[in-house]
Amino acid sequence: MRIGTIDKLDKFRAKCERQFKAQKKKIIVCLGPGCLASGSDKILDEFKSVLKKKKIKGITVETVKKTGCHGFCACGPLVVIEPEGIFYAKVKKIHVKDIIEKTLLKGEIIEKLLYTDPHKKSKKYTDYRSIPFYKYQTRISLRNLGLIDPDEITDYIAAGGYAALAKALTKMKPQKIINEVSKSGLRGRGGGGFSTGRKWATCAKVDDEPRFVICNGDEGDPGAFMDRCIMEGDPHSILEGMIICAFAVGSHDGYIYVREEYPLAVVNLQRAIEAARELGLLGENILGTGFSYDIKIIRGAGAFVCGESSALMKSVAGEIGEPRAKYIRSVVKGVYDKPTVLNNVETFATVPVIIEKGSKWFASIGTEKSAGTKAFSLAGKVRNTGLIEVPMGMTLRDIIYKIGGGIEEDRQFKAVQTGGPSGGCLPEGKIDLPVDFDTLTKAGSMMGSGGMIVMDERTCMVELARYFLDFLVSESCGKCVPCREGLHQLLILCTKITRGKASENDLDLMEKLSKVIQVGSLCGLGQSGPNPFMSTVQYFRDEYLSHITDCKCPGRSCRALITYTINDKCNGCVACISVCPEKAITGEKKKLHVIDQDKCSQCGSCEVVCKYDAIDIT
Amino acid sequence: MSKRTARLETILDRNPRDPSSLITVLQDIQKEFRYLPVEVLSDAAQALNVPLSKIFSASTFYKAFSLTPRGETIIRICKGTACHIKGADLLLEQLESALNIRAGETSSDLKFTVEVVNCVGACAMAPVMMVNNKYHGHVRVDRAVRLAKKG
Repeated sequence: MRIGTIDKLDKFRAKCERQFKAQKKKIIVCLGPGCLASGSDKILDEFKSVLKKKKIKGITVETVKKTGCHGFCACGPLVVIEPEGIFYAKVKKIHVKDIIEKTLLKGEIIEKLLYTDPHKKSKKYTDYRSIPFYKYQTRISLRNLGLIDPDEITDYIAAGGYAALAKALTKMKPQKIINEVSKSGLRGRGGGGFSTGRKWATCAKVDDEPRFVICNGDEGDPGAFMDRCIMEGDPHSILEGMIICAFAVGSHDGYIYVREEYPLAVVNLQRAIEAARELGLLGENILGTGFSYDIKIIRGAGAFVCGESSALMKSVAGEIGEPRAKYIRSVVKGVYDKPTVLNNVETFATVPVIIEKGSKWFASIGTEKSAGTKAFSLAGKVRNTGLIEVPMGMTLRDIIYKIGGGIEEDRQFKAVQTGGPSGGCLPEGKIDLPVDFDTLTKAGSMMGSGGMIVMDERTCMVELARYFLDFLVSESCGKCVPCREGLHQLLILCTKITRGKASENDLDLMEKLSKVIQVGSLCGLGQSGPNPFMSTVQYFRDEYLSHITDCKCPGRSCRALITYTINDKCNGCVACISVCPEKAITGEKKKLHVIDQDKCSQCGSCEVVCKYDAIDIT
Repeated sequence: MSKRTARLETILDRNPRDPSSLITVLQDIQKEFRYLPVEVLSDAAQALNVPLSKIFSASTFYKAFSLTPRGETIIRICKGTACHIKGADLLLEQLESALNIRAGETSSDLKFTVEVVNCVGACAMAPVMMVNNKYHGHVRVDRAVRLAKKG
């Protein structure tokens, strides 16, 4: 069916809404990456197969709904019963029958599946909206995640989708759309933080055709997964944002570049594109307005540097993703040397809301220079890991303690890493900083795409810097020398420190070298490559010095500097013997075990599996 | 026409025969053959009108491509930041020692390939490993080898 006019879209929406609301009871199963990793697909199948066999009034197989990431990954697999919002955490296949029989048939709450506050052990929450993890969030780009089925375009339309597109196409001139986006203060969510409106305005002015609008779905930053969740869980919001942008800048062709590691995102986006085309929301003569725009998906092939704009555009054209010097901006000469707007997933997903609710509304959220909200993937040693979205300007402390629930096992907070390999680590002294583009940059870190990894006392900051350098060395495209050779040398020196074999001169050399790499590299990968080292050495210099002068690793994680031994709490359960890859542990059942230090590779596997706290690290 | 050429032809038919299809074609070859056989690449070079050297350059630049045969079971250990600080190295070591291969290698019986990937985007479940596209979260060292061998 093709929707030929705006009026018909309104009528269709009314029908979608009626359908959506007619299903009062809903069993929502989260199929986000986190829940999927703990087997939520099996739970979905089980619900369906049980309901197929059982006849319950008002509840059918259709009552079971799959959605994208609900956010609270730490509690996955998640099942939410609407309209009450009953939140069941860590659901297993065996619980499915109970949920149907007790909660759906009798309206009883199953206590043991509820979320319990880790601080007040007795406090249980029924409605998910009252759980602190959700309570302090404001969702704009993640607005539909956990509510709609990504495969059903009718769900998206029922939730108000494509209304902004209709408004933009009929009630606004391209220039007005650009002004609205500019005034909203929206800055690129991919990391750069460049004004989105300004980018669009420049592209629209370039006197060259054709123009392209591309979505950057190459979320390569380790520790970031919000783009993945939007692409998988709410693909239409991205399409809608892209079409509005295309109309504003006068483009008729576009691409979504999705990284190789996200096959499900490709499937869901492709399905969404086809559904939108079928309804006449994408392709020729959109909604009968005469405007045409179409989107093609390009799959990445595994190269971190392809997240960089000029490299991405090369890769779109079927070439090797090597970046170029950007004396001419890609808005002027982008893909196939034509004017190109490149924004990331979250930016495009935010655009429809701005068009619908207006720039004033958006600008009123967040801070003066960083308007709106930002999605973060909260991970690491924090209790409530997951996908969150908060107003700009919320402090790191509020994010980590109020939403994140504090540090796992009540350990000491040490640092938080933001912005992936291009970002940096902020120590406890900076935890009251408000999170926005400029404050984080000033503190030596950056917003980046929005990965937020929390670290506790057991994380070694030198080792972390080494990890990022190792990552960047393997991902550098090798085109320019400062990045290719410089990062490699930094890695060698950093590794030397983690092995206790460096001198203070090495540290000075690393700092000098870092400055050269920052200034001399061609693209953002190299220019920001030394950031994780620079920020850790700025805030955790003592830790570097303790490796160098005392040959000690305060985080007790650098292998060359620690020793594992077994204490007398050992009750001889042989768990450690079975996992030791070096076969360095010996002992009989129920007798004290011993580690042969000559064989031990300090991997720490024994510590992970020991239930009796019998492994000492010195 | 040999069987291999026929398989390549179906891939080529899905894409425009020009240099801009290079990466898509390589991806499809990789999917079809589980690696990039050199003979197929040289046929593809002719069909797409791209020098073979450029094809080699693309196949070594992008991490998704392999010029050597890969195993029936592909095990991927995620080494994103969250997985790293939660002990991804331990999982890798367990696998390397149990399967007697290093990361990036394939066992001689072509049963297993162990790979390291930089973040699969399931950070909240760190450490994560993937066995043939199936995700496993919160993997403890003692489970890694069992999960891998189960396939």
